[in-house]
Amino acid sequence: MTDHAAFRGLGIAFRHLSAAILLTALASISGPVIGWSNANASPTAANKTESTNQSAEKQITGKKPGETADHSKFEILQQDFKSGPEVTKACLSCHTEAATQVHDSIHWKWEYDNEKTGQKLGKRYVINAFCGNVASNEARCTSCHAGYGWKDMRENPPSAPEAVDCLVCHADTQYYKKFPTKAGLPVTEPTMFGGKPFKVSNLIEAAQSVSLPQRDNCGSCHYYGGGGDGVKHGDIDSSLDNPSVDLDVHMAADGGNMACSACHSGSGHVWPGSRYDMDAKPQARDEEGKKLPSFAMRRMNETASCESCHTDAPHQGKTLEAIKLNNHTDTVACQTCHIPEFARGGVATKMLWDWSTAGKLKDGKPFAIKDDKGHPSYDSKKGDFIYEENVQPTYSWFNGKVNYVTDEDRLDTTQPVVLNALGGSAEDENARIWPFKLMHTKQPIDAENKKLVYMHLFGKDANAFWKNFDWAKAIQGGQDYMGKDYSGKFEFIETRMWWPITHMVAPANKAVQCDECHVKGGRLENIEGVYIPGRDDLPLISWLGYGLIILTILGVAIHTIFRFATRKQRNH
Amino acid sequence: MTDISSASGPAASKAKEAKSKVFHRKVKNYSRYERFWHWSQAILIFVLAFSGFTVHGTIRFIPFHSAVMMHDIAAFVLIFLWLFTAFWTFTTGQWRHFVPTNAGLWEVIMHYLVGMMRGQPHPYKRTLSRKQNPLQSFAYFSIMTLVGPLLWLSGLAYMFYSFWAGNSGNHEIFSLVVLLHLIGAFLMVAFVIGHIYMVTTGKTLIHYTKAMITGFEDMELTEAEVTYLEAHEPDRIK
Repeated sequence: MTDHAAFRGLGIAFRHLSAAILLTALASISGPVIGWSNANASPTAANKTESTNQSAEKQITGKKPGETADHSKFEILQQDFKSGPEVTKACLSCHTEAATQVHDSIHWKWEYDNEKTGQKLGKRYVINAFCGNVASNEARCTSCHAGYGWKDMRENPPSAPEAVDCLVCHADTQYYKKFPTKAGLPVTEPTMFGGKPFKVSNLIEAAQSVSLPQRDNCGSCHYYGGGGDGVKHGDIDSSLDNPSVDLDVHMAADGGNMACSACHSGSGHVWPGSRYDMDAKPQARDEEGKKLPSFAMRRMNETASCESCHTDAPHQGKTLEAIKLNNHTDTVACQTCHIPEFARGGVATKMLWDWSTAGKLKDGKPFAIKDDKGHPSYDSKKGDFIYEENVQPTYSWFNGKVNYVTDEDRLDTTQPVVLNALGGSAEDENARIWPFKLMHTKQPIDAENKKLVYMHLFGKDANAFWKNFDWAKAIQGGQDYMGKDYSGKFEFIETRMWWPITHMVAPANKAVQCDECHVKGGRLENIEGVYIPGRDDLPLISWLGYGLIILTILGVAIHTIFRFATRKQRNH
Repeated sequence: MTDISSASGPAASKAKEAKSKVFHRKVKNYSRYERFWHWSQAILIFVLAFSGFTVHGTIRFIPFHSAVMMHDIAAFVLIFLWLFTAFWTFTTGQWRHFVPTNAGLWEVIMHYLVGMMRGQPHPYKRTLSRKQNPLQSFAYFSIMTLVGPLLWLSGLAYMFYSFWAGNSGNHEIFSLVVLLHLIGAFLMVAFVIGHIYMVTTGKTLIHYTKAMITGFEDMELTEAEVTYLEAHEPDRIK
């Protein structure tokens, strides 16, 4: 080697060394730096109690806090608004691109093209294991559409810019609430719903109160999926409006005080984090697909994953314990250990729904029964339910890919039909063990075609189930509405649906303990394809091993007996 | 009872002394480091077996979490001890005692199976240059060079699983690592049981244990050996 080459070698070594030192330093300082300064964000003890007050501290969102505009000072918002669309018009006079952006979002279209499976999903198309279908029940279901007046799923939502509902996401919820049966419109005059007066919206106050969406904005729809508080998700319900740290470390006012968009941080009115297509094992990769070091994950954007902030080496410190825990992150999703149970906030979630018993009447009238904990257990409109609180999740391998059963699929009804089959197995490098709420449902299908059917539940017409309680008419009505073939015969079959659990993250000290999985008969008893120490055994080697030990002990015992028996003759 | 380091019957001993003069002396066969090594290794192996079979699920007197921490820390200490002892064994020349040999191995095995029941003397006479009988050498050499490294190599692979498993987890290879580690663990436990039992076969039940505590043992020495030790290593002879 010439002197020159030697120097070059030294130079390369030095560059590598300094890069390594720099990277280590970066990794160590980036540890505690999660997001921005808390100065503007963390609430004081005093204003925790005035959560309904408009001046209360806003939650941390995907954007840095610090507003430059007070909407109550805008003249255009000081008019006597008569309807939601009028307010939207005013909003759009400044936020010129907002309507176009919303028109492009899943919140507007209720449509999701899954590139991995080629399926067209979204509320507009999917038949699920809860209320079934939106189609033919529109004005009821579209009370959760981010717009006004979508009354027919067979057509696109209304195209007028002012049909976008700005207020449902941006207004203080104390001034604004969409009426359940008016296709997304609020009421501004006293109106009854279900025998009780419904909240009258104050559009002027609402328009002036706008901010980045708070949890109760998102929650006004997402808490109530499936037709009631906590019914659908299990990890999303109204208890997240004001959760304790034990319930959710990120959302608690004295925890992270984060809004939904702190994690679901998108831009242009589009947010990441759809269940239709998930990233079950988020990783930072370079352009050639090579895995980048853990801390590079913090540069990922547009992903609503734990790893986006915490990386795939989230347990801090160079301790043996941290290393051992971080060893799990390639196999086990963060949520699996950090969400020990769902429905922990005092709101029960629906675990079982039997539509087949719906339609019973007492003296010709529908009725409802509650279980001994006060949760609905029967409703003539919907059938039998089981609600549960503090539910331990069901675990499964999951690679983020979900395959839905559509209205075109012929079903094998010899066993429960999984409406959203999970992709992934132990061998799949994109799969990890995830926690789920496993929904158990009995719902109608076409008895001859063996295909899912549309239930026409809501409406004033004679076919609507909630008017006449006649399944034959309700299903015929739903199928006719969608123009689907129908044999005229229906049956109820068992279906299942997997709901990923990812909210209600408990504090570290309340996480699932090692013993709960590393044991025979533990939480992960049914997970296949991976050796879990403490749960699993290698039967052959164990038999040989214990056999060897027993033989050794036996040998020792026999030898001892002989030594004892011959001790006298040896002493003489 | 018999003792491998001293002739058993008075007749036999007299016959020998007639041939060449034999001195019965207490000699320090186990140095301070050797005894430290032996007992710390013994404790570590018990800790490792206890915590290891907890991790495996055979027993569960302590939480899994504590067992893992206990096992990993003890493992690191034991590996360090093993490495240092290997260094010590070679630098001090002690390795000579551990080299296995077939010569006399069968006789020693037959002695434990038959001879000692009949009150026959131990066929092996330990000397200053060879303080272990062939069966001991065979057993200790196997443990130190086969079972030990099998355990800690598979153990390190087990512990640092995520460094080699790659993105797909390599669950089959992981199972193989577990398999090897288990094989090692069972062999080690069987050895420990056998070893503890063999320790009781001395002149008294605790004769050998005492030797491993004090370091001193009764030996038959030649005149030359006594003279040498008294002159050059007076601490080793009483």
